Amino acid sequence: MFRSMLRTTGFALAALALSAGAQAQAPIKIGSVLSVTGPAAFLGDPEKKTLDLYVEKINAAGGVLGRRLELYTYDDGTSAGKANTFVKRLIEEDKVDILVGGTTTGSTMAMVPVVEKAQIPFISLAGAVVIIEPVKKWVFKTPHTDRMAAEKAFEDMKKRGITRVGLLAENSGFGQSGKKETLAVAGKYGMQIVANESYGPKDADVTTQLTKIKNTAGVQAILVFGFGQGPAVVTKNMGQLGITLPHYESHGVASEQYIKLSGRAAEGVRLPAAALLVADALPKNDPQKPVVVGYEKAYKARYKQEVSTFGGHAYDGLMIAVGAIKRAKSTDKAKVRDAIERTKGFIGTGGVVNMSPTDHMGLDLSAFRMLEIRNGTWTLVN
Amino acid sequence: MDRFRGLAVLALIIVVLPLALRNSYHYDVAIRIGMNATMVVGLNLLIGYAGQISLGHAGFFGLGAYASAILTSRYGWPPIAAMISGMAAVGVIAFVVARPILRLRGHYLAMATLGLGIIIYMVLVNESGWTGGNDGMNVKAFSIFGFSLANERAWYWVTGAVLLVAIVLARNIVDSPVGRALRAVHGSETAAQVAGIDTARYKVRVFVVSAVFASAVGSMMAHYVGFITPQVSSFFHSIELVTMVVVGGMASTYGAVLGAAILTMLPQLLSRFEGYEMIVFGLILMLTVIFLPRGLVPTIAARLRKSD
Repeated sequence: MFRSMLRTTGFALAALALSAGAQAQAPIKIGSVLSVTGPAAFLGDPEKKTLDLYVEKINAAGGVLGRRLELYTYDDGTSAGKANTFVKRLIEEDKVDILVGGTTTGSTMAMVPVVEKAQIPFISLAGAVVIIEPVKKWVFKTPHTDRMAAEKAFEDMKKRGITRVGLLAENSGFGQSGKKETLAVAGKYGMQIVANESYGPKDADVTTQLTKIKNTAGVQAILVFGFGQGPAVVTKNMGQLGITLPHYESHGVASEQYIKLSGRAAEGVRLPAAALLVADALPKNDPQKPVVVGYEKAYKARYKQEVSTFGGHAYDGLMIAVGAIKRAKSTDKAKVRDAIERTKGFIGTGGVVNMSPTDHMGLDLSAFRMLEIRNGTWTLVN
Repeated sequence: MDRFRGLAVLALIIVVLPLALRNSYHYDVAIRIGMNATMVVGLNLLIGYAGQISLGHAGFFGLGAYASAILTSRYGWPPIAAMISGMAAVGVIAFVVARPILRLRGHYLAMATLGLGIIIYMVLVNESGWTGGNDGMNVKAFSIFGFSLANERAWYWVTGAVLLVAIVLARNIVDSPVGRALRAVHGSETAAQVAGIDTARYKVRVFVVSAVFASAVGSMMAHYVGFITPQVSSFFHSIELVTMVVVGGMASTYGAVLGAAILTMLPQLLSRFEGYEMIVFGLILMLTVIFLPRGLVPTIAARLRKSD
């Protein structure tokens, strides 16, 4: 009894000392523009929740360099123009030390010119390759790219001796980006795209396109690039048409919903996906296992919602920022930028990050896991 | 005299305002107010004076923005030439679609303009070879005769000047026989026709003028931000523009400016409400429409006149 009281007092004193120390110094200001409302809200919402949650956690553990973190977030309503205004506000009015955010590629790219001019480190949470190619001095990003998903699928096909692929891409932003990247990297893996069809995200029937692909001479596999319910329709149609070609999907379908909607037709489908989605299925010795399981537990406990890879991107962005500030031992913008660029071996939800002056994302294909759907659930392939 | 007084007051505000602007974020908000105001002054001619609703003007804004973006970056056109070509093209498009569309009234007109805006949006999204699709595209900085608009301060003065020019143009239209014809159309289209006004011609004209205003501002905004996405022509942007007209005051040029100022600043002022901003925003709009149905400026002007 006495001992536990003593311990409590000790904790309280330590906490007091810590918070006193933290108060003595100015807080570290982290700025963020996210698309919490509007069409990209399904990305921005988990990102904001993740930042809120982890800033709170870090502060509860004593902050960074003995200083508290202070989070400034603005909602751009999925408008690139508003993101452009808000980033100026973060830099000029709120005087933030570092930026973590930019939900969509559009918002990020509208912030980039301002960020480069103001010379402030910026870790984007958006997908497209243009953000880091060509390399921009102050701009980094955490999510893997659609190109990597295509590469991962091709890598697996190559192992199975497939070289001629029929591509079926969705008419959405995601599908179109996927199509562009797929066509761009096909040559590198010795792949031939022998059929190239598209479908609308709300199409109820895709059998015409599938029949065309099926009847293409020499086609060995089908790669579908889509998001949400569209690919489920494709998968069902493939089952109805009795197409037995190896079937690849993109990371856009990596949700339980896809298996439920597709039913038995989903058996044998392969797709690249982030480790976060198969947290429980990862082997014990997987380096990402503790990170993804930890994040998943914390997020679920707080928000009673399933985790998404998007929230994971925000976690990675915040942790890379915090790590860089710790290594730079200050919030000096140039020093923090250099420290971010030197991030090595950081294990995030999206993979193992190794940044360099020529690679401001730092992920390789190991960020994606090859999954196969067996008996209605995800199974890791090799 | 009255028309110059308003203009002089606004010019004075534009000249004095920089004293209160402390950094480039403040300038940015002021610039956006100026650009939105320019566009809304044009839209007000159509909605406020001629009484014709348009829920598709963001489409014209988007066309102007992408005309500038594509012509300057892919074909190396000088920005001013790209901007004027965009305005001309939008004028032609507006002219062609105006006749069939403006035969409609009320809900049907709203639906048709809504459809027009959505079609433009879909084209911008799907022609990704030209527009970069959903991910958007970069736009070069605006330059003219080797002089480039690089910072917010320069943009501020340009925007202010453009706004004043737009207001002079709009006031001239309003105070001309065309303007009187438009108001007659607003009052009663049938009565206007009986009085010998070719209502269709006037409606088409004002539609084209407001579309060209939108295109010009679209071009400016594209160069100013340096990056555009198809979201600039989305339905929500159209609604935002109509709201600016309604809040500021229908058939009031300075009302349109005030409406643009309020609706551009509100999201900035409300951003601290974290998630509740939309509720507060909606509440303000509702209260305005309930208690000031004619909009801010006309209602206040009427009160002042009564008390005189």
